[in-house]
Amino acid sequence: MNAPAQMRRPKETGVPDNKKYLHPTLAKNYGNWRYHDRPRPGVLHHVAHGGDEVWSVRAGTQRQMDVYTIRKLCDIADQFAEGRVRFTIRSNIEFIVADEKKVAPLIAALEEAGFPVGGTGNSVTMIAHTQGWLHCDIPGTDASGVVKALMDELYDEFKREEMPNRVHLSTSCCEINCGGQADLAIIVQHTKPPVINHELVANVCERPTVVARCPVAAIRPAMVNGKPSLEIDESKCMCCGACYPPCPPMQINDPEYSKLAIWVGGKNSNARGKPTFMKMVASGLPNNAPRWPEVAEVVKRILMVYKEDGRPWERMADWIDRIGWPRFFEKTGLPFTKYLIDDWTGSRANLNASTHIRF
Amino acid sequence: MSRLIAGKVRGYCRRIKARSGRGVHSSRLKEDMMAKKMHDTPNLDELEKGPWPSFVSGLKDLAKEKDYMVDLLGQLEASYKTRKGYWKGGTVGVFGYGGGVIPRFTELKDENGQPVFKDAAEFHTLRVMPPPGMHYDTGTLRQFCDLWEKHGSGLIAFHGQSGDIMFQGATTENVQKAFDEINEMGFDLGGAGPAVRTSMSCVGAARCEQSCYDEARAHRTVINTFLDDIHRPSLPYKFKFKFSGCPNDCMNSIQRSDMSVIGTWRDNIRTDDTLGKKWFVKHGMNELVNDVVARCPTKALQIKEIKNVRKDAHISAVALDDAQALEIDNKDCVRCMHCVNVMTGALAPGKDKGVTILIGGKSHLKIGGLLGTVIIPFMKLESDEDFEKLTDFAQRTIDFFAENALEHERTGEMIERIGLATFLEAMEIDVDPAMVNSPRMNPYVRTDGWDDEVAKIKAKKQAA
Repeated sequence: MNAPAQMRRPKETGVPDNKKYLHPTLAKNYGNWRYHDRPRPGVLHHVAHGGDEVWSVRAGTQRQMDVYTIRKLCDIADQFAEGRVRFTIRSNIEFIVADEKKVAPLIAALEEAGFPVGGTGNSVTMIAHTQGWLHCDIPGTDASGVVKALMDELYDEFKREEMPNRVHLSTSCCEINCGGQADLAIIVQHTKPPVINHELVANVCERPTVVARCPVAAIRPAMVNGKPSLEIDESKCMCCGACYPPCPPMQINDPEYSKLAIWVGGKNSNARGKPTFMKMVASGLPNNAPRWPEVAEVVKRILMVYKEDGRPWERMADWIDRIGWPRFFEKTGLPFTKYLIDDWTGSRANLNASTHIRF
Repeated sequence: MSRLIAGKVRGYCRRIKARSGRGVHSSRLKEDMMAKKMHDTPNLDELEKGPWPSFVSGLKDLAKEKDYMVDLLGQLEASYKTRKGYWKGGTVGVFGYGGGVIPRFTELKDENGQPVFKDAAEFHTLRVMPPPGMHYDTGTLRQFCDLWEKHGSGLIAFHGQSGDIMFQGATTENVQKAFDEINEMGFDLGGAGPAVRTSMSCVGAARCEQSCYDEARAHRTVINTFLDDIHRPSLPYKFKFKFSGCPNDCMNSIQRSDMSVIGTWRDNIRTDDTLGKKWFVKHGMNELVNDVVARCPTKALQIKEIKNVRKDAHISAVALDDAQALEIDNKDCVRCMHCVNVMTGALAPGKDKGVTILIGGKSHLKIGGLLGTVIIPFMKLESDEDFEKLTDFAQRTIDFFAENALEHERTGEMIERIGLATFLEAMEIDVDPAMVNSPRMNPYVRTDGWDDEVAKIKAKKQAA
């Protein structure tokens, strides 16, 4: 590394204070808000106890932004929103105005510049995602590209509030699932054990670490062609790819055999039921770049059935709780295969130990 | 407006500098003019179509001026063709820190072992911690843009899944230069590897009526206590904090953090009759019954004639009209937020606010996904002492984790392995039925200490 001759010591300043970045009306009413409503999709209207009001206009971004795009957003913030913006956890950007008259021109400016206004309330909001081929060292697929392709398909649902409740989506490029829990998630699902380059293992991998990393104890040390390496008990391996990050010569990604799975019913909030993890409902979808049409088809199918059938305020998990899994598979037309029956630790809790069956 | 003009002036100055640089340094020449010819990117071109903002168009805009980005597009297009990733990690950092930079070197080599896309052979990311709630002013964002255009690719992600501002794409040589400028602005690197990680907090008190504590203060107070553990990774594995202002948990903290700090309240739901009546006029009885009363998970809501509303201290009620009210039995309420979400303002979190703390949330690897577990059912978070108590608790948790977790084991897995009771005992926290869904369902436990435990609980009660 060509470090500068004069080494500068870092200033360990940590997380910066956000006070100077707050819109003035937010700073003034900090901790003193009374209620909010949504005058139209993409706009939140908050009222403070003292009577102050703000309108937050939310717009979708590509998350991975070039400096020109960021400067364009800054120009809009300077013109309308006191030079302040904030980002949501799902990479939407919010502009806050204290004057209702600014809302319509602000929306027009955003749309004119190519940023869709929406993502509030019971809409399909922007997809939480990861790095993929652009930057990750272990990706089975891309992230930004999958998201771009899907959000093109879900564009109208982002701009409308027509779903039963909010819909959070995520994508993940490997089974580590950095995209996180969501109402609907798209996650890589490998279907073949890693292919080992025995020439490299000894030099690249700390073998005991790799052995310890395997959730099913399928990896063991071995001498291959006279070199210390690792071998896999393929009858045990469930192809999770956990060994690949600590040992890149154990290539898990495959253009054909790394498939995509769809998961539904993750709920982050404590509202109504407790938070839930999502469940796998489809797999075996091809990693079909650049637009992943087979994935988009299944995603849209599930979302449209939910849109049609869900009652107000039912998140995906609440809706499935009401209609039951048999009807979920019936309505979506997705095949319920043996692979969807959980057999991991604690799995018996996921089996139906009752006569509760909907006919 | 003045900022806008200043931005334009800065842009103009940059162009002038670029021009004047040409004769001075021949290697700058190419960089400052139009970049080299683009590679064919038929796959990526498909992602410029459609209405959603396109990151590919953004990459191409950057590539007009940077060979670096021309080659990045080349490698990304190769991934789209072969469906393989071509980055490997390595060791790149900044002076004084052991983490916060994600090194990436290309693995896409020709037959001679040379990078196929040599100008993008190094594409490192700097993880930078955002301010709480991810608020910015445009001056800061423009400064980010200027420094990253100079030292990096010009590509910035707002934000990564842990909450970092990700400055994506710098050469090994430029990482330090970029960091120095970012650091001088008052921003600092986030976590990577077996370290305390960058944290996130919701918009919270800044703009949300459901906020139950000062999320930004908690976020900064806790995280800035652990900067050494962020910048110098030496824990068994990652440790994540997240801060949500209410049980809606907009930061997804129960699923995604080792220590989840969530706002809640102990007293009654507050009510506002004016807003209650306004809501009822707009939505009516059907919505009240179907969307509010029927969806209460603990049946704590009832519709009553106002004259029949109970007068007990734990009852709150909001008027719907002059005759009827919605009655809440706050002893039964689990603070799920549903009715408060639907009837915002008419119903609101109580005044005796604080936080619930859960520990052990994580994703799949290695033993499967785990949700956090309640460790502190309630604590106040208002005074300086309260915040000290929070950081002290965090410190003790991390100390225990550092000493007892196995390599690559998260807190949730550690607790799974040693048992919650063992963890609580070590942390000197009293057991509480709020920590479990139900008591044990099997007899496989040795209970010869039962009488001692009962005596201890009695003694504590008497002392209190």
